[in-house]
Amino acid sequence: MLELKNISFNVQDEKKEKEIIRRLDLKIDDGKFVVVTGPNGGGKSTMAKLIAGIETPTEGRILFNGEDITEKSITERAKLGISFAFQQPARFKGITVLDLLRIAAGKQLSVSACCEYLSEVGLCARDYINREVNASLSGGELKRIEIATVLARGTQLAIFDEPEAGIDLWSFQNLIRVFERMRTANTRSILIISHQERILEIADEIVVLANGQVAKHGKKEEILPELLGTNNAVGVCGCLKRRDDCD
Amino acid sequence: MIDEIQKRLLAEIADLHTVPSGAYNIRANSQMAARNTTANIDIISKKDVSGIDIRIKPGTKNESVHIPVVLSASGIKETVYNDFYIGENCDVVIVAGCGIHNCGVQDSQHDGVHRFFVGKNSKVKYVEKHYGEGDGRAKRILNPVTEAYLEEGSSMEMEMVQIKGVDSTVRTTKAELAANASLVVRERLMTHGTQTAKSIYETYLNGDGASADVVSRSVAREESFQEFSSRITGNAACKGHTECDAIIMDKARVLAIPQLDANNVDAALVHEAAIGKIAGEQIIKLMTLGLTQEQAEEQIINGFLK
Repeated sequence: MLELKNISFNVQDEKKEKEIIRRLDLKIDDGKFVVVTGPNGGGKSTMAKLIAGIETPTEGRILFNGEDITEKSITERAKLGISFAFQQPARFKGITVLDLLRIAAGKQLSVSACCEYLSEVGLCARDYINREVNASLSGGELKRIEIATVLARGTQLAIFDEPEAGIDLWSFQNLIRVFERMRTANTRSILIISHQERILEIADEIVVLANGQVAKHGKKEEILPELLGTNNAVGVCGCLKRRDDCD
Repeated sequence: MIDEIQKRLLAEIADLHTVPSGAYNIRANSQMAARNTTANIDIISKKDVSGIDIRIKPGTKNESVHIPVVLSASGIKETVYNDFYIGENCDVVIVAGCGIHNCGVQDSQHDGVHRFFVGKNSKVKYVEKHYGEGDGRAKRILNPVTEAYLEEGSSMEMEMVQIKGVDSTVRTTKAELAANASLVVRERLMTHGTQTAKSIYETYLNGDGASADVVSRSVAREESFQEFSSRITGNAACKGHTECDAIIMDKARVLAIPQLDANNVDAALVHEAAIGKIAGEQIIKLMTLGLTQEQAEEQIINGFLK
């Protein structure tokens, strides 16, 4: 179980302190598929980074399985069972897809095991396994490889920061299938930052984050009807249209 | 006789764990330690200066020549001239390289001058690795000079690698290409400590259809200094590309000087140079996969220099 207790996060903005997250409390139960939505600038990505240890809260505590991980590094949290798929994945010259999946798995994965993870995200393994994770890959390919690294880690908690941002329609359809499958397998907690109606639809729980605080948190059945037709739950065309301003 | 230290050096520079197959000439501490010639490849010692002539018969295919040099005694300083005469229509692999083990107090220096005369339509792959080790105070110095003369339709691929332990290097490579000849250079370099490494490439594209692609990838750590200077001169309807891509770390310094000289309206020449530290987002990504910051940096460097 993941618990955020009274979390605040401030940044310095032209000599004045700006609050990004304000005394936020949130509990993610084991095995739940939770989608976090809310307006741009509401603090969604920041919250995800605070959980992974990429940012450190100004105040508050983060507990993972009852253990206080607030002071732990990114590496330590990764080893405890937290995975993170970036909104804009890094590119690496010379590191191949196979290398990256092996690093993610933490062992010398067999080629066939790596291929399974790639097939899972809809990539033809044979074409990609020896490709470098560099600028030659398209945004959609990179994004799917990013998700494959999270699958290869197989951790208790997986966080996806706007998985739909920057990918084409075809890749998006594929992505939804990946999450639907993860939803069915449902052995771990999944936290997805997304405005996407299709992703919100497969959630167990929905969290609406606004002004750095939890505005709503509840079962999908309760929350989703209120969101439909707003910017917090956009259809695929809407999202692709406003892709440029997705944060 | 080759001792254990020399065997290890050979493994580092030429991936040689046993005596190679095909033609070879192993030079250890300024003496010829072993030599083998084949029906198609002859190796003859030079009479006027130190060095060898390697003569490869026209039409020789799928053969290799290994000419590694190892220095394990302190205080050796030598210049060696090796000339390769490659006939027409050949397809050969040439592996050179120098390994220095210096535990003493006197500097060790090996300056190899290699000249390649590549015949029409021949294909040559040349691999040169440099490696130094030993905890002595003395310096390990290598100043290789490579000249390649490529006749019509021939091609040469050079892989130049220097990853560890060489204190000072000035590498000078000059190539002249006739019509439809092609040259590919892949340099991989890592320096650390107070090492200095200077690479100078001069490529002349003299015939129509000639092409060159000269690319260096390097990592400069600690207080080391690297200079990469590559000039491509286009004297005909040709294509040339040169690129320097460097990762800088700690207090190192990297100087990149790409130059293009077009003397023909149909010469298409491009240069690129990029120097930068490892991107923070790369390190963070690998840390989210469970690596420490140091392990992440090692992975990024290993990939970059692969």
